[in-house]
Amino acid sequence: MADLTSNFIGIKSPNPFWLASAPPTDKEYNVRRAFEAGWGGVVWKTLGSEGPPVVNVNGPRYGVVYGADRRVLGINNIELITDRPLEVNLREIKSVKRDYPDRALIISLMVPCDEESWKDILHRIEDTGADGVELNFGCPHGMAERGMGSAVGQVPEYIEMVTRWVKQYSRMPCIVKLTPNITDVRKPAEAAMRGGADAVSLINTVNSITSVNLDSFAPEPTIDGKGSHGGYCGPAVKPIALNMVAEIARNAETARLPISGIGGVTTWRDAAEFMALGAGNVQVCTAAMTYGFKIVQEMISGLSQYMDEKGFTSTADLVGRAVPNVTDWQYLNLNYVTKAEIDQDLCIKCGRCYAACEDTSHQAIAMSADRVFSVKDEECVACNLCVDVCPVENCITMRELAKGEVDARTGKTVGDYANWTTHPNNPAAQAAE
Amino acid sequence: MTNSQLTPGIAAGRLGAEDYARNFDDIAPRYDGHEARVAADRCYFCHDAPCMTACPTSIDIPLFIRQIATGTPEAAAKTIFSQNILGGMCARVCPTEQLCEEVCVREVAEGKPVEIGRLQRFATDTLMEKGVHPFARASATGKRIAVVGAGPAGLSAAHRLAMKGHDVTIFDPRPKAGGLNEYGIASYKTPGGFAQAEVDWLLKIGGIAVQNGKALGSGLTLEGLKADHDAVVLAIGLAGVNALRAEGEDLKNVLSAVDFIAELRQQPDKAKLPIGRDVVVIGGGMTAVDAAVQSKLLGAENVTIVYRRGQERMSASSHEQEHAASVGVRIIHNAAPVRVVGNGAAQEVEFAYTEDSADGLKQKDETFRLKADQVMKAIGQTLTGAPEGLKIEGGKIAVTGTGRTSVTGVWAAGDCASGGEDLTVTAVAEGRDAAEDIHASLS
Repeated sequence: MADLTSNFIGIKSPNPFWLASAPPTDKEYNVRRAFEAGWGGVVWKTLGSEGPPVVNVNGPRYGVVYGADRRVLGINNIELITDRPLEVNLREIKSVKRDYPDRALIISLMVPCDEESWKDILHRIEDTGADGVELNFGCPHGMAERGMGSAVGQVPEYIEMVTRWVKQYSRMPCIVKLTPNITDVRKPAEAAMRGGADAVSLINTVNSITSVNLDSFAPEPTIDGKGSHGGYCGPAVKPIALNMVAEIARNAETARLPISGIGGVTTWRDAAEFMALGAGNVQVCTAAMTYGFKIVQEMISGLSQYMDEKGFTSTADLVGRAVPNVTDWQYLNLNYVTKAEIDQDLCIKCGRCYAACEDTSHQAIAMSADRVFSVKDEECVACNLCVDVCPVENCITMRELAKGEVDARTGKTVGDYANWTTHPNNPAAQAAE
Repeated sequence: MTNSQLTPGIAAGRLGAEDYARNFDDIAPRYDGHEARVAADRCYFCHDAPCMTACPTSIDIPLFIRQIATGTPEAAAKTIFSQNILGGMCARVCPTEQLCEEVCVREVAEGKPVEIGRLQRFATDTLMEKGVHPFARASATGKRIAVVGAGPAGLSAAHRLAMKGHDVTIFDPRPKAGGLNEYGIASYKTPGGFAQAEVDWLLKIGGIAVQNGKALGSGLTLEGLKADHDAVVLAIGLAGVNALRAEGEDLKNVLSAVDFIAELRQQPDKAKLPIGRDVVVIGGGMTAVDAAVQSKLLGAENVTIVYRRGQERMSASSHEQEHAASVGVRIIHNAAPVRVVGNGAAQEVEFAYTEDSADGLKQKDETFRLKADQVMKAIGQTLTGAPEGLKIEGGKIAVTGTGRTSVTGVWAAGDCASGGEDLTVTAVAEGRDAAEDIHASLS
């Protein structure tokens, strides 16, 4: 079995699977259950300042998007940071960490954007024995309206300033949690790095309305006839998160900045994908909220099997392995030519490829009277839509044309690598000549 | 309980009340909303879908399933009813495993089709239980149409004609409308008085009068109907039962499976129905299976279907055959009745083994006997009571693709008409198409 032990910015955990700061990590009871189930680490639900805790709504706080069979694809929430007294949380954190010294325990923090507030909270958490702090610059609802959470995360200067305070007043490793509700995630990541952050974690939740009740005409979850945007998470946001992780990982400024990957991690495979794109570990929330803590067992066994099959002896062998293959569109090889091919033995003759191609793409699939579907190479632009909509795995595949072969659509011979930067249709390329 | 399955001879009340209730309960209960949505999600929404082509009424199956999946079963029902006004009954009795579900690409791919029949029932039941009729009549045309026979073909034709604005009168010899929907079909496929509820719902379109107790030859003549109406539709079914042509056929307790099924359907208290301890059903179609299975469900100890050819030739679907086997009916293939043995009443049936060869079916010398308190004949039905002057073809009224007979102004549809299989859904399609042709010819 592969060695899954993880060392993320000096914080050790028996595996790279942490629970994200969220409802599952709000109390000692839950966190103990998580550690018993096998989670490598926990980021404790965000603590606020000393004083009366925040309050939550007393109606529904989650909205959901379903796939087939009520499979949860995404959840949004309007829950705020912990609504329990600070001293209770601190006492529990200390107690849990004492009993689980081998697990990572990170404290998430969100206090008003002034130096005294941060200095004070850092002082209060000092003797909990926690392994590090995570700065919640991400939550998009409720707290943002009070100048915290994503309101900070959307201003790189604030990120840098607060991170600097944290590093100044604490010796703990500091992770800055980023919001995806921005235009270019590299900017807040760079700001965190300038402020001295040891790592960033991303993504926090995405601004969202999951659904509208068509009888009451209110967004859901609905509180007394009204709804508010919430933070979206779960499998639906994974593609957004993967891209943002990759953007930071391949950005020269932030390439060395450790990343804790968050956003729809549901299976070992999701975790491996985040790690391949540069995440040193992953954080999970929605999958645990959907299925309970036991899922970590599948993540452990799955990642371990995968690493064994690949011959990886440590997670470091996997982390960042896909980053060199993430590039800009302009560098993609325009002489890479593929054609769809339909395996007639696997084809179940549903005709979805035909409908998709005929109605919405390039009219490159022919249909015979007896429902045999075949690709018209002279029309196929290799868009891959037929592969995507085919319900049978590997029934339609893309065949790569060898160098020297003629593309039946363009009549051109497949040549060596060439990209847009040198393409004759590119005005910039012509200008360079 | 005085009688049991072991009581000799023919006896009622062989089972307990709970057994009867369970045995004749809905065999395939309706999906609940979640089941329907999960089942609907399996549909691939095929292009030019094979299921739709396989349906004799050409229901847009992918569309109605998508309408279920998106939470509008009422709209799904309207999609179904626009092609097949008896979509509710067809959802219960169609041999879907030989039609839409057989060609479902998921059946081809994984041996597990989208459950189209059950989804159709979910949609049609949802709308019908609201008591609303989804269609309105066109403005009155003043044309009068006679429909003879209130079975699936007749009802389908009448509804479509009424919808087009014509005034329709349906004549039927039985006390209730519905034809085989009411008097045929195993009880457990359509419990709860569904057949009559469906007729009542169908008639809500308006413009249809039903006259029971009227048939050609008893109060009606084709000439008379033609004189009083602008068009006539014959949907008289196949009222005759083929004979065994075996010695002892006229013994007591040798009966028609069709009559047995009809009597069973009309008796609400199944405990009152007498059934033999040993029952032999002769035939290989749906009627044979329905009679045999229900004999078993009434408490017969031994029920045997005997079919003269091999299993592959049975017209009962493999699904039906498996159902028969699952309730304990034994099916013997390749044996033909030689004679019914008995003293006044049937006691045994003697069969000869057969060989189905290129030059026809041959009886072998070897014979065997089965005990039989009741012998049910289910070897096919024949056209009887067809009016004089109509061209008959292959034992049925000859029709064109849209149901035109050899006599101008007279159409025929359903089992009595040539072409198509003897299925409810085919009858509905033929009735509908005849109605459309009549409407076109009168416009």
